[in-house]
This record gives sequence, C-alpha cells and structure tokens, in this order.
Amino acid sequence: MENKKTDKGGTNRRNFLKLGFMSSVSAVAGASLFSNLSLQDEEEVASGGDKMRLLTPDGKIVEVDANNVNNYPEALITPEESRKGIPNRQFVMVIDLAKCKNARKCVEGCQKGHNLDYHEEFMPIKLMQDSPEASPYWMPKPCFHCDEPPCVTVCPTGATFKRDDGIVLVDNERCIGCKFCMTSCPYSARLFNWGDKEKFHNTTMPYSPETSVPHAEGTVMKCDFCPDLIRQGKLPYCADSCPMGVIYFGDKNEDIVTNGTETVSFSKLIKDRAGYRHLEHLGTKPNVYYLPAVNRQFPLERGFDVKEDIIDRYKNVPYVQDLKQQGKI
Amino acid sequence: MNLENRKRELAKEFSPMLEKTSNASKILMGFLIAIILVGVYAFFVQLFEGHIVTGMRDNVVWGVYIINFIFFVCLSYSGAFFSGILHFIHTPWKNSVSRIVEIVTVLSLIIGPIFILLCIGRLDRLHYLFLYPRIQSPITWDIIAIMTDLVGCFIYLFLTFIPDLAILRDNSENAPKWRQKVYKFLAIGYQDTPTQRKKLHKITGALSVIIIALAIVAYSVLAWIFSLTPQPGWNSSIFGAYFIIAGLYSGIGVIIIAMFLIRKYYPLNHYIRKVHFMGAGMVLLVISLLYGYFTFSEYFSRWFGHKIHDAELLDTLFTRYFWMFIFANYIGVLVPVVIIFFKKLRTIKSITFAAVIAVIGLWYNRYLIVVPTLESPYIPIQDTREEFIHYTATWVEWSLSLAGVAAFILFFMLIMKLVPVVPMSGIIDYERKQKKNKKSLNKL
Repeated sequence: MENKKTDKGGTNRRNFLKLGFMSSVSAVAGASLFSNLSLQDEEEVASGGDKMRLLTPDGKIVEVDANNVNNYPEALITPEESRKGIPNRQFVMVIDLAKCKNARKCVEGCQKGHNLDYHEEFMPIKLMQDSPEASPYWMPKPCFHCDEPPCVTVCPTGATFKRDDGIVLVDNERCIGCKFCMTSCPYSARLFNWGDKEKFHNTTMPYSPETSVPHAEGTVMKCDFCPDLIRQGKLPYCADSCPMGVIYFGDKNEDIVTNGTETVSFSKLIKDRAGYRHLEHLGTKPNVYYLPAVNRQFPLERGFDVKEDIIDRYKNVPYVQDLKQQGKI
Repeated sequence: MNLENRKRELAKEFSPMLEKTSNASKILMGFLIAIILVGVYAFFVQLFEGHIVTGMRDNVVWGVYIINFIFFVCLSYSGAFFSGILHFIHTPWKNSVSRIVEIVTVLSLIIGPIFILLCIGRLDRLHYLFLYPRIQSPITWDIIAIMTDLVGCFIYLFLTFIPDLAILRDNSENAPKWRQKVYKFLAIGYQDTPTQRKKLHKITGALSVIIIALAIVAYSVLAWIFSLTPQPGWNSSIFGAYFIIAGLYSGIGVIIIAMFLIRKYYPLNHYIRKVHFMGAGMVLLVISLLYGYFTFSEYFSRWFGHKIHDAELLDTLFTRYFWMFIFANYIGVLVPVVIIFFKKLRTIKSITFAAVIAVIGLWYNRYLIVVPTLESPYIPIQDTREEFIHYTATWVEWSLSLAGVAAFILFFMLIMKLVPVVPMSGIIDYERKQKKNKKSLNKL
C-alpha cells in the first residue's frame, strides 16, 4: 500500500522541520534536533532580540542568550574548517528497508545535489538476497560513516578524516589518489574520478569537503551526509527526496531521528524494529542502521518499475534469475 | 708484484666485455629503447587523459601496476636477501653470482616504485606524502621501508663495486678518457691496502646482515598493504610470510634466468658453471616447496572455512580465472619441483626453464591475489558497465609493464658495460684464500 501521507513535495518536508517549533511536543522534539542550526529563520527567533526560546530534547522550553547559539552562516566551509565537525552532534542514519521500493528518488536527489553523472551514485540501491531462500530486499547504501573507519586509518595524507560529529569526509584538495581507502572500505562506498570532466572546472562555487563539489580528477569522492544542508537545518538530499520516508536522519546525542514526516526516538526505533548495522562483524561500527524488511509496505516487484538498464544490474540475484525463468521480467 | 699482475690479467680478460658492444647487443638495446619509448608515450597519454585510459575502475582500483609493483619490489628484496646471505656465510661459489644478484636488487628497487607512482591519481600532489604524513597508514610505512631499503641497497652495491672500480682505474690505460674519469671518481681513492680491504670487508659484512633484516621488514610491510584491509582475499595473517617466500621464489627465478642469459651471450662459462645452476636450482626447489605449501595453506583454509565471501572468491577463482589459477598455483609450483627433484632432469636448460615457469607463475599468482579480490567485494557489484565489473588491462598498462621489463634488461646491460658482471676482486679474494688454505694444509 502506498502511503499517501508521504506523497508531498520535498520543500514541504523541509518546512516541516522548521515549523516543528510550533507544533506538538513530539514534533517539536524532533525539530529541536536542528534547532540551533536553523536560527536564521525569522519565525524561529523569539521576540526580545537577544534571547531565544528553545526546546530541549525532553520537551522543556528554555530561554538562552542568542549569542550562545551557533548561528552558522551559509557561507562556505573551508577544507580546514570542515575537519572540525558540528559541535556536540553524533549524526546517524536509519534506513527502513520495509518501506523501500527502489523508487530511486534518493539516488537522483543525491546526484542532483552533488552534481553527479548518471552512473555516479553516492547512494546506490542494491538488491540484496542473503541466501537463495531468503527474501530479497532493496538496500539503499550510503557511506556508513563508521566510527572505526578503515578508509581513514589507511589514508597516507589525511585527505579523508573522521570528524567529531561522526561524519567521514574527503578533502579532494588533499587527496593524492592512491585509492588505498577504496580497497580498504568493505562497503564499496567510494568512487574515483578516473578522467577529466567539464563539470570539474565549474568555479562558480568554491570547493568545500562539506559539499563535495566540484569534484576533481584523480581523487576520491563519496557520500558526505550533506553537512552543508545540516548546517542549514535541512535533511540530507537522500532523506529529503525519498517519497516513502525510508531514510531517517538525526543525532545520536539527542536520540532523535527524522525522515521529515515523523520524528522518533533513535534508540526506541532501533529497539522496536530490531535495527541492525550491515556487516557488523567487521568491527567498523557504522553510523548507518537498517530496519529489517518485515511487514513491507510494498511488494518487492514494485522496485522493478525502473529503467531497463537499472533492472539489468540485478541480473545475478537468485530471485531475479527465478523471475526471469518464470518469464515475469 | 704477483697480485698486481693478476689484477692486470683479470682486467684484460674482462675489458672486451666492457668496451666492445656487439652488433646483436646494439640491436637488442635499440629494441629495448623502442619499447621504453612506447611506455613513455603511454605514460604521457595517461598523464594527460587521466586514469580513464587504464582498465582500472571503481571496483578494481588497482590493476597490473600494483602487481608489477609488488613483483619488482619483492624481486628486489629477495635479491637483497640472497646477496646478504651469500656475503654473510661466505658461500664458496658466491663470486660468480653475487654481482648479478646485487644488480637485480638495485634495478628492481628502482623500477618497482615507478609502478606505484603510475597507480596514483594525482602525481602533482606526491609531495603531500611528506607534507601531511600520517604514520598510521601502511602506505607511509611502505614509503619509509622502500626508501630505507633503496638507500641501504645502493650503499651496499656501491661498496661491492669499489674494489673492482679501483682495479679498472689502475688497469684501463687504453680505455677512453671519460671511462677512466668515471672509474677514478667512483673508486673514491681505494688502493686495496690490507687495512682498507679489511675495513671494506667489515662494512660490507655488517651491511649484508642489515640488508637481510631490512628486506624482511620491507616485504612484510608490502604484504600488509593488502592484509591489513578487511577484504576477503587479503585479510590473512599468513600474508607477510607468504610474500617473503613468494618474493624469494621470483628472486631466485630471475637470478637463474639472468645467469643463463649472461652465460649464453658472454664468454663466462668458466665462471658461471653448472655447479652454480645446481646450487641455485636447489634453492629454487626448496623455495618452491615452501611457496607451494603457503599457497595451499592460504587457499585451503579459505575453502575449508567456507565463509560466504571467501567461498564467492574461490568460486570466481575456479570459474572465471580457472586456467590462470591452474597455471599460477599448480603448474608454476609443480613443474619446478618435478624438474629439479629428479637428478636426471637437472640440466642448465631445464633449470632455467623451471625458473621461467616459476617467474611467470608467480606474476599470475600476484594477479590472482589482487584482481579477483577487488572484483568480489563484500557488497555485490551491481552494475551494467562491463569494465566496472571485470578488469582488463589496456594497452597503456601493458606497454608500461613491458617498458618496465625492458628498462630492467637495458640497465642490466649498461651496468655490465661499466663493471664486470663477475667481481674481479672476488676472484682475487677467492684465490688468495685458497692459497692460504693450501699453505695451512702443507703446514699440517
């Protein structure tokens, strides 16, 4: 069954985040996650000028001095600044596999946001089938922003780094293109710019590791959790563009994640829905959690409603081979 | 003086090899230079058009280049290892082969790292390795290891050259002026006085031990580049030791091939004799058994454990890479073992044949370590672009690889033009020792 409630435009959801302040307690709690990041919006600034009213995670309204609140400018974050991270945050993503139907909106949103080509995907969607008998499921796969990132350990120049807020970024002005990070990432999260492209020379926007744009030839790039959007109080492109609300994004410190339409407690969500991390046994401690594909909202076949060449990607999955044998594809 | 006469004699014997270049070798050199030039062209193509001209893509990010890199660098370490052992235990027949080993060591240590540079996407930022070094990274360890090794091997090679350079300086009146000047400069005032000789022996002896240790460290670090990552085919505790043995295997193979070619094309039959091939063949036999054992253990434990990703990797190895796997890990081990094990089969030619099989087999073994692993990552590759699923090296990669081999041979020939490939000082030392032994025997 398609969830009609979720069938809104992306902007609505972003506004929702901001409007959260005035909504019911639960929603307010969710919005407070981004509260001190989105204060440039007038509607959120309480009267009195210097004082601001904010909501704490446990639902209390507090008044703080405006100067104490980080008021991030939309200005560019330089490579040097981007190494620090956003204070007191532990970003986390939860992907609800029960809701994913391979609509590919996250892929496209991300590609548009990061100026990526058709085949360049920071967040590819894999069709996973853990064993021939097991039920297959669609798995959007971003960078897992591990707490023990093998890519960061092996980088010889510190071009890829782990920030205090948990995000792993690549500084493509530091990267020498040795690709060691790519071989050591067990999740194949990284892409390499093999040849020169015209878009690399777009100088209208200066480079920042937080936007990953423009890319540079001979360097590595990957999913960056969109820290530039987080600073503006927005959700990452993927979470924002998913029509099903599959992707929750939030802060572990505040124990809150939101997919734009609903805001929930991270720990409760993981507990109730038996959240897990992919390839946990590797000890990389990812910051991306998956909720298993039980009680699905869509049949898996809905995901084959995509372009022919995308379907072709999944031809080695046992389930797809069965379908082909039965002549269903 | 007797010694001076003997030196003159030896210098005379070797001088034709140094000064005259036959037409055949001129043609060969021209051919090698042509191959290198094609390689240089390929390099510029890659430099200007980017790595898109190679067969490497997002899954197989390292290809033939890194295979050549580990191949050449391992070759070099094994050269250092053998050379150190030959010096350290004063093998009676070391004179004839020690210089070949040393040249192999230094040349491959120069050519090997060039291949890792070809892997790097931004050569213009190479200095970042020193500007922003991170000691946690195995690449940094490798850079330190290779550079230390390079300096160590150079000093070591140079020290073994000095007595010969001195002999040549004193006995090349007829040689062109520039040659005399080069010898004079490089001999750094060595006069072969007993104290000088003693000192030099001492230093070379000490360095030979250091170089063995260095080689083992550097080998292991090289192996760790692979085994410290969590990838299914690489994350193996055996890799350090495995790489040491594999390196020695290729090393002894290349040394045998070099001995064979030098013997064939230069009048050195009475220096490089069958006994040397037999000795080297025995080393090859022992190492091939060890290497086979390591290869077996590595794959056997993966197969027996049948963890899902290991099983997938083995499945690829036994389907897509079936013949390569058979050649690298069966033929490449068993042929040398069989040939050298049976006394009847042991001839100079057959041992060389075994060495050729061993070297090619080992190269493919490296290929099977690198490429299939990258082609079967933890998360399945779901792509429609063939070049992103399977790796095939392009002409750029092949021509640069061939250029590496050509450069190796060319520089080998050029060094042989500078100093005799059989150390004259070694021959004199050997004769002196024999005389001493005779004297002491007579006294008894």
